[in-house]
Amino acid sequence: MGIELVLMFIGAVLVNNFVLVRFLGICPFLGVSKKVDTAIGMGMAVIFVVTMSSIVTWLVQKYILVPYNIGFLQTIVFILIIASLVQLVEIVMEKSAPALYEALGVFLPLIATNCAILGLAILNIQNSYNFIESIIFAIGGSIGFTLALVLMAGIRERLALASVPKPLQGASISLITAGLLSLAFMGFSGLVKM
Amino acid sequence: MFTIAAYSLGGLGLIFALSLGIASRIFHMEIDPRIEEAMEALPGANCGACGFAGCKGYAEAVIKDPEVVPNLCAPGEEEIAKALAKISGKEAGAGDKKRAIICCAGGEDKVERTFTYEGILDCESAAILYGGNKACKYGCLGYGSCVKACLFEAIEMNDIGLPQVDKNKCVGCGKCLDVCPKGVVKLVPVTATVYVACNSMNKGAQVKKICAVGCIGCKLCVKACEKEAISFDNNLASINYQNCNDCRTCMEKCKSNSINVCM
Repeated sequence: MGIELVLMFIGAVLVNNFVLVRFLGICPFLGVSKKVDTAIGMGMAVIFVVTMSSIVTWLVQKYILVPYNIGFLQTIVFILIIASLVQLVEIVMEKSAPALYEALGVFLPLIATNCAILGLAILNIQNSYNFIESIIFAIGGSIGFTLALVLMAGIRERLALASVPKPLQGASISLITAGLLSLAFMGFSGLVKM
Repeated sequence: MFTIAAYSLGGLGLIFALSLGIASRIFHMEIDPRIEEAMEALPGANCGACGFAGCKGYAEAVIKDPEVVPNLCAPGEEEIAKALAKISGKEAGAGDKKRAIICCAGGEDKVERTFTYEGILDCESAAILYGGNKACKYGCLGYGSCVKACLFEAIEMNDIGLPQVDKNKCVGCGKCLDVCPKGVVKLVPVTATVYVACNSMNKGAQVKKICAVGCIGCKLCVKACEKEAISFDNNLASINYQNCNDCRTCMEKCKSNSINVCM
């Protein structure tokens, strides 16, 4: 049991990295990866929200959607949950942890529309993980997201100082970089048998 | 099926709406209307001279924190200090205004370049390559990062490839200090009349080899100063402006002409 959870965690971080292998959450991956500091901020916010939302969505799936046989509402219910959860976290955090609220800043509301979060909640159900497994999967997945974001930010900080050929400047070099990074992460496939 | 779906989705929505509503009541945050007033009074340049993250950060701090004084806004000068003092109910005070100076006199005519740099023309990129191509590793690289960073167009490059600060335009925000990879730009009080135009921590003999106007660490200025306002640190003279009485003896005594009059 224990070793399986560890393998699952590594699998979620490296082998099936949310951004670079599953291609979820590409928008923040390209949008908030200009500086390492902000990338870390965004990553932390995602780890927090993903873990919370996977707990709640798992409970809702198990105790509401399945018993009443309304699985087709999964997507809309999960979106509802994530949106309100992000809002709730924001309200509570502003009062109780102003320092953290300041640090996360604009990233919290941004997360509400992050597909990696919805994707993770749905993957939890699709892979029929139990409660503990889905939490581990959520933490692993979001750490993988943070890792990808920070790696990309590190590269882009360097890239800002490099002389890039004119046709490749801007978004195109970012996409090429992302592709190469993704290619590198594909190398992890087979590390863990999923 | 339809009713169950409608009820459960509606129910969930209702629960979330209620919990959000309750949470916003419990965790209600009072926003002080004075913060908005202070925001409006500030120039909105977000230069960061006050030491806070933009004008909003300063507006919040000046209202909430009793220890934050209302005269930190450098570009706003007295007018805004008074306005902020009125809004926050604090005393305006004089405040010590500062301005930037370039602590290097080793222009193209005095210090050689060790190699030809063909990269992006800004100092941060140039400094990544072996610490820049100036013979003096502490000197101004002359690619004008500070010129670009200045929000008030107070810095220009002069004929010998050194930046020059226009003291009438400089508001002392310190933006240029952050971008200079060599730390050549420093802030001095606006009242200062002399400054050490060198940033080199090399030993005297080494300085002499590469730069005609560098501080060689002879300490003649220290001995000459009656007020003991000059100190030495890492082979470099520095002036303590609180003690300086503007006698300019140090400038006359300086063998390498590295103590200059503030332009």
